[in-house]
Amino acid sequence: MGFFRKLHDWLDDRFGWNELLAPLRKKTVPVHRLSHWYFLGGITLFLFVIQVLTGILLLLYYRPGANEAFESVQYIMTRVKFGWLIRSIHSWSANLMVFTAFAHMFSVAFLKSYRKPRELTWLSGMILLFLVLGFGFSGYLLPWNTLAFFATKVGTEITGQVPIVGRPLMIFLRGGEEVTGATLTRFFGFHVAVLPGLATLLIGLHILLVQRFGISVPPKLEAEWLTKPAALREMKFFPNFALRELMAWYVALGVLGALAAIFPWDLGVKADPFVSAPAGIKPEWYFLFMFQTLKVIPSKVFFMDGEVLGVLAFGVAGAVWLLLPFIDTGRARRWVNALAVVALAYIIGMTIYGHFAK
Amino acid sequence: MATLQSKSAASHTSRWFLAMAAGFLLAGVAHGQTKNSCLECHSILTDNLGVTEEKFSQDIHAQKGLTCASCHGGDATSDDPEVAMGKKAGFKGKITRAQIPQLCGSCHSDPAVMRKYNPSLRTDQLSQYHTSIHGKRLATGDTKVAVCVDCHSVHDIRPPNDPRSTVYPLNVPATCSRCHSDAERMKAYKIPTNQFAEYKKSVHHQALTVRGDLSAPTCVTCHGNHGATPPGSSSVAAVCSTCHVFQAQLFDSSPHKSAFASAGLPGCVTCHSNHGIQHPTDAMIGTDDKSVCGQCHTEGDPGFVAANSIREHLAQLAAAIDRSDQILSKAERSGMEVSQARLDLVQTRDTLTKARVTIHSVNVARVQQDIQPGLVAADKNYEAGKDALKERNYRRYGLGLSLIAIALVITGLRMYLKQIESGQDSQTT
Amino acid sequence: MEALLGSGLFLSAAAFFYPVLRFLVPPKEADMGSGSVIAAKTGDLKPNSGKIFRFGSRPGLLVRTTDGEYKAMSATCTHLACTVQYRDDTREVWCACHNGKYDVNGRNISGPPPRPLETFEVQVRGDEIFVRRRQES
Repeated sequence: MGFFRKLHDWLDDRFGWNELLAPLRKKTVPVHRLSHWYFLGGITLFLFVIQVLTGILLLLYYRPGANEAFESVQYIMTRVKFGWLIRSIHSWSANLMVFTAFAHMFSVAFLKSYRKPRELTWLSGMILLFLVLGFGFSGYLLPWNTLAFFATKVGTEITGQVPIVGRPLMIFLRGGEEVTGATLTRFFGFHVAVLPGLATLLIGLHILLVQRFGISVPPKLEAEWLTKPAALREMKFFPNFALRELMAWYVALGVLGALAAIFPWDLGVKADPFVSAPAGIKPEWYFLFMFQTLKVIPSKVFFMDGEVLGVLAFGVAGAVWLLLPFIDTGRARRWVNALAVVALAYIIGMTIYGHFAK
Repeated sequence: MATLQSKSAASHTSRWFLAMAAGFLLAGVAHGQTKNSCLECHSILTDNLGVTEEKFSQDIHAQKGLTCASCHGGDATSDDPEVAMGKKAGFKGKITRAQIPQLCGSCHSDPAVMRKYNPSLRTDQLSQYHTSIHGKRLATGDTKVAVCVDCHSVHDIRPPNDPRSTVYPLNVPATCSRCHSDAERMKAYKIPTNQFAEYKKSVHHQALTVRGDLSAPTCVTCHGNHGATPPGSSSVAAVCSTCHVFQAQLFDSSPHKSAFASAGLPGCVTCHSNHGIQHPTDAMIGTDDKSVCGQCHTEGDPGFVAANSIREHLAQLAAAIDRSDQILSKAERSGMEVSQARLDLVQTRDTLTKARVTIHSVNVARVQQDIQPGLVAADKNYEAGKDALKERNYRRYGLGLSLIAIALVITGLRMYLKQIESGQDSQTT
Repeated sequence: MEALLGSGLFLSAAAFFYPVLRFLVPPKEADMGSGSVIAAKTGDLKPNSGKIFRFGSRPGLLVRTTDGEYKAMSATCTHLACTVQYRDDTREVWCACHNGKYDVNGRNISGPPPRPLETFEVQVRGDEIFVRRRQES
């Protein structure tokens, strides 16, 4: 009997470990050729945990405020031992998390895992994705460098284009008419208090719902397995799937470490509100498709302002996407897959276009 | 910030309104009291006799309330040309070129008059003009030389701080060159006409036009404006030293000072040339073809040895800085933070600049004194770069170790999974 | 296999905790906050003298006027970014590169400099002279 076995038994005697894990032991994960996509949610969760841990560490040295933010990040990067590592991991992990969250969403959309009774899982997931983007947007400003400053300026400006509520919303986000130190204070508050609180609650709900309803099987396969129960193949969640997930986490950890060590995150130049914006200013890649769309739309479309039209279009598209489980019924069913393909192609295409556009 | 902006915008607009209101008021007064019959004809006339109201309204004198009659005499209230331009009305007609300086000077040399318009304006222009080569030649009856209006224009004279003025710093070289680049015109005076072309290639022209540095020297900075004269060989150094103080001081303390004087060489421009002055390079010092020292010094004399030695010292520091720069760039490319070392390197570069100034003493020991700390600093910068690269390797080494640990866990997990899954399979079958 | 897994887990935990623990130890160079640096001690400067100090990533100039008052400003000339100095003979701030002159309040008074020097706030606390950037309104 090995050491792990002994430790396990010791804990079991004190915790009722086996009993606690009993529901998890019963839980199974379907096995088919698309099962790999089931790992994405777990990886996103893992990256979120990394974000929380590195975020807390960064808080030990970071100081919000227009006069201090940049210098404190510079201090972390140059003076604090392994500060470069912690910050680079935080930045890289943020980007990977946005990516895996998007990938998770599209995998769910294509596997149609949002079908009844999992509508609420989809809704909570979508809100989580918006929160992740909010994390990205608010966190990007915190080092108070030139790029972040102007990206925030442009980003909040776009928010201001939303009819009626846009302007008050922009002023709320900026903490005034302009992007200033007040904006930084606000974004810091959102980034370290409001968003993490909301995200933790929603992640709890999201995981609870996943546990409650089990893991979805693509509709075609589900029908096949219903007619031929012998063809049904699945693996135990614990330990089989969980250990595989753990392997995925270790891979993610290795990728993060490599990225941070070989490409430490750039610090940039301290933001100066009085210099003009550098040419070709662009937001982070995950906002690029929206940014590029707004750039491509002509300034006047019929009687409407191009920017307003673009913002409205994204609002409508977002709402449709959010309500996908409710739309995906009856005759609309055929169109949903096509819609998802178009959305994915559009996002990828526009992101690439935005990346190479001047 | 926002409130500040809106506030200044508000005050800006209100100032505009005030200015416009004042303008209307003045125009009304002018029309009501003094009618200007001159413009009725002269605005239609062409060539030399044509002056439009639009043109004259741009003139600082018109804006200060002066009229045609202020310079030309006559009676602008009369519609009858005979009366308006009659002898009785004191009409002077066309002011001849020879008369122009005196006419302008009748106000501009009188502090009592000028005080009413612009108390801070100098009143010595005319007396300066008399000392200038232009003024002296005019006195001998040569009316082709520049008089006031040739530089300041006429009927639309603007103050020198107006960017459209012909004597605004950016426009001065072009204004002078209108005559001085005209080979036909300069033939009689037997002076070269390539000054403007040369100046356009110079570092000073670069500073003026590219960087927009209005303090950069134009023609008048060295030659004077109203008292414009070619500087003699003794005054050249005095002109340059108004900005290049250290170079001048070092030169004055150097053996070159007396040597140049006895050889009749005009200081600074002997090595640096005059109009086409270039950004100096280290190649200027030394004894090879591109250097200037070899023009006087020959193999074996002490100056020859010193020139080579100074050149070597400069090259040594430049190379050390280059080496540090390269290693820091390498560290930067691999993502290391070396902003501190970069900052220090800028200061090391300053020591090289200082040494480059010190060469005007042509004293090897003094140059060495400046080079030495520079070399020490450059070495420190290089060490910083080396440390950054060491840190980079340390990171990669750490990364390698962690990746090994991660690989161990992943293989371990795989093996473990295989083991338990083979057990599970045998259970189900 | 257990040895493999065990050592792997142990090593990766070490690779994780080592940087974190090092991160937690505050560095020796205390972070003053960008706003404020100690430019000098009160004994350092006689009246009518000046001193260059480090202000963030740029040099700063601390001047003690003939009245004993402290003034601080950026030491980077606004003309071509040379470092300026205080001259006790003329009681002016002087840039050696092109003979630019500023008064002790940083105003450009003669020579090529196009703009005044940025001035900083000076506070004397105990025997230390703190200099910080003027707060934006």
